Amino acid sequence: MRRLELPDASEAPARQGLRLWLSRLEGPQTMGRGPGFWVAAALAVAAAAAYPAFANDYVVGNAAYFLVWTFMAMGLGVVWGYGGALSFGQTAFFGLAGYTYGVITINIGSAFGATWLALLLSVALGGIFALLIGYFMFYGRIKGVFIGIVTLSVTLVLETFMAQTAGPQWRIGEARLNGFNGMSGMPPLTVPWFGGDVLLYAGTTLYYVLLGMVVLVYMGLRMLLNAPFGNVLVAIRENPERAEMLGYDIRLYQMLAFGLGGALAGTSGVLYTAWGQYITPSSMGLTSAALPIVWVAVGGRRDITATLLGCLLVIAGFQSLTIYGSQYALIVMGVLLVFTVLVTPNGLIYTAMDRVGRLFGEARR
Amino acid sequence: MNPILEVSKLNKSFGGVTVARDIDFVLDAGAMHCLIGPNGAGKSSFFRLLLGEHAPDSGAIRFSGDDITALRSFERIRKGISVKFQVPGIFKALSVRQNLEVAFQHHLHGASLGGTIRRVLEFTNLTGEAATHAGVLSHGQQQWLEIGMAVGVEPKLLLLDEPTAGMSPDETRKTGEMLHELNARGITILAVEHDMAFVQQIADSVTVLHMGAIFAKGSIDEITEHPGVQEIYLGAADE
Repeated sequence: MRRLELPDASEAPARQGLRLWLSRLEGPQTMGRGPGFWVAAALAVAAAAAYPAFANDYVVGNAAYFLVWTFMAMGLGVVWGYGGALSFGQTAFFGLAGYTYGVITINIGSAFGATWLALLLSVALGGIFALLIGYFMFYGRIKGVFIGIVTLSVTLVLETFMAQTAGPQWRIGEARLNGFNGMSGMPPLTVPWFGGDVLLYAGTTLYYVLLGMVVLVYMGLRMLLNAPFGNVLVAIRENPERAEMLGYDIRLYQMLAFGLGGALAGTSGVLYTAWGQYITPSSMGLTSAALPIVWVAVGGRRDITATLLGCLLVIAGFQSLTIYGSQYALIVMGVLLVFTVLVTPNGLIYTAMDRVGRLFGEARR
Repeated sequence: MNPILEVSKLNKSFGGVTVARDIDFVLDAGAMHCLIGPNGAGKSSFFRLLLGEHAPDSGAIRFSGDDITALRSFERIRKGISVKFQVPGIFKALSVRQNLEVAFQHHLHGASLGGTIRRVLEFTNLTGEAATHAGVLSHGQQQWLEIGMAVGVEPKLLLLDEPTAGMSPDETRKTGEMLHELNARGITILAVEHDMAFVQQIADSVTVLHMGAIFAKGSIDEITEHPGVQEIYLGAADE
């Protein structure tokens, strides 16, 4: 048996700063590594960037709509897939941030980049609200299925509250909440520009802005999940008692992950509201709350790439089916979820990526 | 001697079941001490009280001179207590190396983290298994991995709950050697153990728990010759 010796400070110098973070684009908590993966990822982004050249503005605006939802899906992936806390109520933060964006922009307008300030404030509010809910849940030792029950209750309470705000007394400044009919009339995201503001209505420019945001958030999450924070989150999911007995305050980690998930759901909420200039209480209802779980479960909750791809694929499929009737589409979603749980419990995309990775030996963790 | 752990008048009951009854216990720094007792004696409950998983009804626990009775588990760990559970408490979905990273990254970073992982892999004979998923290791290897996770950052006190449960005789002997080496490095060891041969291999002194109270204390020879100890074990065997 060899001797155990004290750590030696004379080891090779460690990577620091930006290089350290960039090195975390690959790591144990994310699938995909090596030149093969990154060339494929660059090709996918290039294809997405070239897409508007081959489609009309309406179709591209619709594709932008798909991108809007990916933030909420990736946030749920962090909370549920990596952190092990199944939140059934990400739509609470989605709705809160969406309504906040409406209230702010209806009151202060869109001049001088005010819509971006509204976006930041709304996302921050979504995140802070999630931290607050997370504090009571995790510091109150709520675990397992009860997290789902609490979060679902929160979103349904918010939906019920917003649905009864139809009267004229329910206004914040100029912004009427408008009950079940929903709030409308807020401006889209607006970029101040020489010779006149650029209004990002559903179309090609918004599509590019969202594509850039998706790439940035995806890369940022890869780095975070491969950092010590991500490792601890996975450790808590696997064995919370052991994680605590290694000296980690697991409640704090779970709360922070939940706050991040809330901020990302809030990002989707703001972008959804800005995309269609419209938000209703049903965006926080039972059906809306269930759909992100289907996207993430079908794609694969334990890998951020699988979550992102699965979300885009399922939403695109869902919308194609909706043409034939939204109720049928929901039934297909339910069947898809059951199929996934029974046949590929790790998710369809996750399983497919894992198989491809084994073939090429590069995409594996 | 300089006490590292001082437990005074510790009491804990769950409903009508008393798991700790007026326990007074002092452990000297550098000791290699075993807690024994029949099933249901309160050994694991005593560990859980030391770790802060259960709050005592009354009494106090001092560690390195500080009162830790009201601290949460992770705060006690940060003061220098480390634990290895009876059922291997490893992260089965992570590789052996990732398990060690998670265990040490709270205290170590960069090169010193890498160096410590390499040394612990050598120490636990798991260098060849660094990339293996921890869930597919043999039972003995899982136990060693958890010992490695518990000692890599040099705790002052290592608590071991039946460290050799389910191990082969050869694995048990190797584990004993590991613990002696750790103790020689200055780590105080307190182990709950059933295997009396293993207790004889590692312990300087032994405490016998029975029905939540301390029944006897002494060297291994004194305990094995204690007239009451065999009786409580045989009594337990009759249950």
